[in-house]
Amino acid sequence: MPYNLLKYGLSSDYPIEADLPPPRELKSSYDVVIIGGGGHGLATAYYLAKYHGVTNVAVLEKSYLGSGNTARNTAVIRSNYLTSEGVRFYAESVKLFQNLSNEFDFNIMYSERGQLTLAHTDATVRAFRQRAEVNKHFGGRTEMIDRQQIRELVPSLNLDPGHLPVIAGLWHIDGATARHDAVAWGYAKQAAKLGVEIHQLTEVEDLQVEHGKIVAVKTNRGTVKCGCAVQAVAGHSSLMMAKAGIKAPIHSYPLQAMVTQPFKPFLDPLVSSSALHCYVQQTSRGEMVFGGGSDPYPLYNTRSTLELKESLLAHAIEMFPFLANARLMRQWAGITDMTPDYSPIMGLSPVENYYLDAGWGTWGFKATPICGKTMAELVASGGKTPDLIKPFALDRFSTFQQVNEMGATAASH
Amino acid sequence: MKIMPCPLNGPRNISEFTYGGELKAMPDPSHCSDAEWAAYVFNSDNLAGVVTEWWMHNASSYWFLAERHTVSDEIIRTFDPQELFKQRVDFAVPAKVEEATV
Repeated sequence: MPYNLLKYGLSSDYPIEADLPPPRELKSSYDVVIIGGGGHGLATAYYLAKYHGVTNVAVLEKSYLGSGNTARNTAVIRSNYLTSEGVRFYAESVKLFQNLSNEFDFNIMYSERGQLTLAHTDATVRAFRQRAEVNKHFGGRTEMIDRQQIRELVPSLNLDPGHLPVIAGLWHIDGATARHDAVAWGYAKQAAKLGVEIHQLTEVEDLQVEHGKIVAVKTNRGTVKCGCAVQAVAGHSSLMMAKAGIKAPIHSYPLQAMVTQPFKPFLDPLVSSSALHCYVQQTSRGEMVFGGGSDPYPLYNTRSTLELKESLLAHAIEMFPFLANARLMRQWAGITDMTPDYSPIMGLSPVENYYLDAGWGTWGFKATPICGKTMAELVASGGKTPDLIKPFALDRFSTFQQVNEMGATAASH
Repeated sequence: MKIMPCPLNGPRNISEFTYGGELKAMPDPSHCSDAEWAAYVFNSDNLAGVVTEWWMHNASSYWFLAERHTVSDEIIRTFDPQELFKQRVDFAVPAKVEEATV
């Protein structure tokens, strides 16, 4: 009834549903301070409150929630990595993602479309066989497929791009995408409901370490004491770790991505080729998203370059020739904290009660739920590292026990 | 295209060059501990600001140093390594060093 609608609109009892409580003053002390209000930080806060009953928690975000790399990734969710450590970890993440909308009662637009990675050389085919087997062993759904199967899955794909004909594909049925902002919002809303304080526009300027132990964080809104602190600041991991006096094996490179005008739906799976340094997907709005590898040298700047566009789009057009006529709508970049072995740095740090969630390079979004869950477990137990993230400890570099994921990561997301 | 002023070849497109990492002091490989060596190999300052770093011109295999601002991407100065390295680094293992056991 239009009349009812009008009455409802003019009523002063309009039921405003606030997602987050209004901003308030910082308390002088918290049990847990989480630095960074992106997906990882918010997920950690949520699981701390949900599974461990720890609610005297503050999430400090220098800008707005999910304003960093949470909103800059290309929202690919997959677990078809190479090492058993990696696959076990990411496979758990995919499982958590699948139920996240129900858990939040909030649609994160999880869309399981499968991810297709292309092999153009015999060496890649061998690596794919290994990845398929490792993935199946840990409960993932991954198959090797041939040219005919690829043609049936993606009829619009050019199977003979220039000098690199497609030989086979790695078909990862669990491959999916979700709305990345919604993941951050969902975690934030539920964490706030459980009593976690979320402070936006609150920048951590310095860390106070006394006798090798974190005692307080200095913010632009005053100093806050803390029992322990977690850093989850992808893109600025080294800079935050430096404040605690920790050196890291991280180099920060920009990664540029771009999106075209919308088209009618024609591409269901996410398609990527590391030989062509390119991955392509169609969003639910119909836009084509292109991403590639990180820039060739380190930089803390999300500027755009013509060189990257030229090389990336040349390869995208080789894969989907008709896109030569498409118009680019938007372009953006994020800062990727690359580690030497392409695996994250999670767990304990040399500073007591200071926990690291760093080195998330180009593989951070897909790990959001499991990362929050395991970091919460680590914090709540007072520093007992969960088995799932033991291989990702910072000290693996001084004991030469790296977890090499380069082959399953570079430009294939 | 961004231009890199090469001390040997003059201004060239930056795509002709390869980034070679931060300039850092190398510990003595025959006397330092494994942990010191690992820290040298893997760790970096990764600063947001002016850094001194190695670059190589691919076509001429010429290595040089550049001072670059890692936020504005401004290349402030490039120079020949001879300005800092007056003599060759000697990698020969001294005769008396015992084999490290792992």
